[in-house]
Amino acid sequence: MKLITAIIQPDRLDHVREALIQADITRITVSRVTGHGRQEDIEIYRGQKIAPNLIPKIRLDIAVNEEFVDITLDTIIEAARHGVGEVGDGKIFITHLEECIRIRTREKGGKAI
Amino acid sequence: MKRFSFPLLLLTAAMMFSGTALGAEEVVTDSGTTSWMLTSTALVLLMVPGLAMFYGGLVRTKNVIGTMMHSFAAMVIIGVLWPTLGYALSFGPGILGGFIGWDSKYFLLQGIDDTIMSTQIPEYVFAMFQGKFAIITPALIAGAFAERVNFKGYAVFIALWSIIVYSPICHWVWAADGFLFNLGAMGAIDFAGGTVVHISSGVTALVAALYLGARRGYPRNVMHPNNLVMTLMGAGLLWVGWFGFNAGSAIASNLATARALTVTQMAAAAGAFTWMMIEMFQHGKATSLGVASGILAGLVAITPAAGVVQPVGALALGALAAVFCYLAIMLKNKIGYDDSLDAFGIHGVGGIVGALALTFFIRPSWMADAAAKVGGSWTVWQQLGVQATAVGVTIAYAAIVSLILLFIIEKTIGLRISEDEEMSGLDHSMHGEQGYGLINLN
Repeated sequence: MKLITAIIQPDRLDHVREALIQADITRITVSRVTGHGRQEDIEIYRGQKIAPNLIPKIRLDIAVNEEFVDITLDTIIEAARHGVGEVGDGKIFITHLEECIRIRTREKGGKAI
Repeated sequence: MKRFSFPLLLLTAAMMFSGTALGAEEVVTDSGTTSWMLTSTALVLLMVPGLAMFYGGLVRTKNVIGTMMHSFAAMVIIGVLWPTLGYALSFGPGILGGFIGWDSKYFLLQGIDDTIMSTQIPEYVFAMFQGKFAIITPALIAGAFAERVNFKGYAVFIALWSIIVYSPICHWVWAADGFLFNLGAMGAIDFAGGTVVHISSGVTALVAALYLGARRGYPRNVMHPNNLVMTLMGAGLLWVGWFGFNAGSAIASNLATARALTVTQMAAAAGAFTWMMIEMFQHGKATSLGVASGILAGLVAITPAAGVVQPVGALALGALAAVFCYLAIMLKNKIGYDDSLDAFGIHGVGGIVGALALTFFIRPSWMADAAAKVGGSWTVWQQLGVQATAVGVTIAYAAIVSLILLFIIEKTIGLRISEDEEMSGLDHSMHGEQGYGLINLN
């Protein structure tokens, strides 16, 4: 099991969401977050160095079984990219997922995902 | 006498007023009337941000700025257009066989610098008061095609619509030489804009919704309002502003004003109450959006009627409008066209119900005056015929001309946005902004 965390641009949320649903990945958690990456480096404004602004982003958290990892990643990359790709399109982090429990039934592991 | 007067001038009180003015050589400003008209002008303008909030709360988060901008754009664009051309086209003496008004001395309001009208207010106040009506009318249409129009196309559309659709209808119904103003015994009754504002915008809304097609995913996907709190505040502002809209349309500060204000309050409450009851019976729960819709339905229906009906008529019109608008929205859901925020369902249907049903609640003294004027009898059915003519003419004209306008703009500038832009949302694709920055730290 893997936990896929994707940080994407807000205007691509619906594209990604729809593409994931098309690919049969329907269980996702979405949150509004802010941050900065390379998109906005420290600027010099009227001779002063300005710290970068915090930029709104969307964070997707998706827990998947091993066989769904590749299709999930491909789908997100395909749908989140602006054209051939722009700075700021986002990042994906993949972490090993220790355990998953469905609260309603107490099921554990892959079948709970 | 000025070139135009108002339906209400026909009421006894106002008649005495203008009668006095006619006798005198020089008309002087009446500070009481002028104060109330200035207040009304501000109140009607307050309805535009009210409408922005009402509509803005109903769309999805990604479209909140784009939707509110539709109302604000009307304030800006018609705000420039009205004093330049709109006032002359609407209230100038009829040209082209009475199709539209025009008087070059009204161009940029040049000729009214010193004018005090027979209603004892400066003409500037009247021109600005009417300008607010011209602003809110195209803004109402935006509810029908929310979440899917190009801002540039929308801006051009409302500018042209204001000139080609609003001004002629306004001229026919409200200018002293307008043909609907002079139809029958005492003209078609449209006190504050049932035909001019609500039917014209509502019908255009329906045509636009049908022509542009549904939003992506409608009706399969449920599209939840992003902020009902804002919608309720908007509905509240609209209710408050409507006192200027209706009671101001008396162009006076007297008995007629008091009558209009009273029936406006009662119809709004009756509309909301009826809607709430229907929902309680049908779903067991009264929704806040239902109450807001009922308020608007009642207010729309009383708009043409505020000068002629008594309190019992106000309650009846408010309740009737709520029932018909509720049915219209149910029917819309069944048919499946996407009038996103029910601009036709509320303004079109409510306006038609009000303009026709008011006939049965006209105060007896008005009917007596009408009979005296034609020198015999004047029945409810004859007046209903006059009302139906005004409604029919407005529907036909607004629908046909709007369809042509929509077609031309869609083919040249483009009105419907691309699928990609629609998915990103108007806020990002049209304005490069986002509505709720406060939710994110920055």
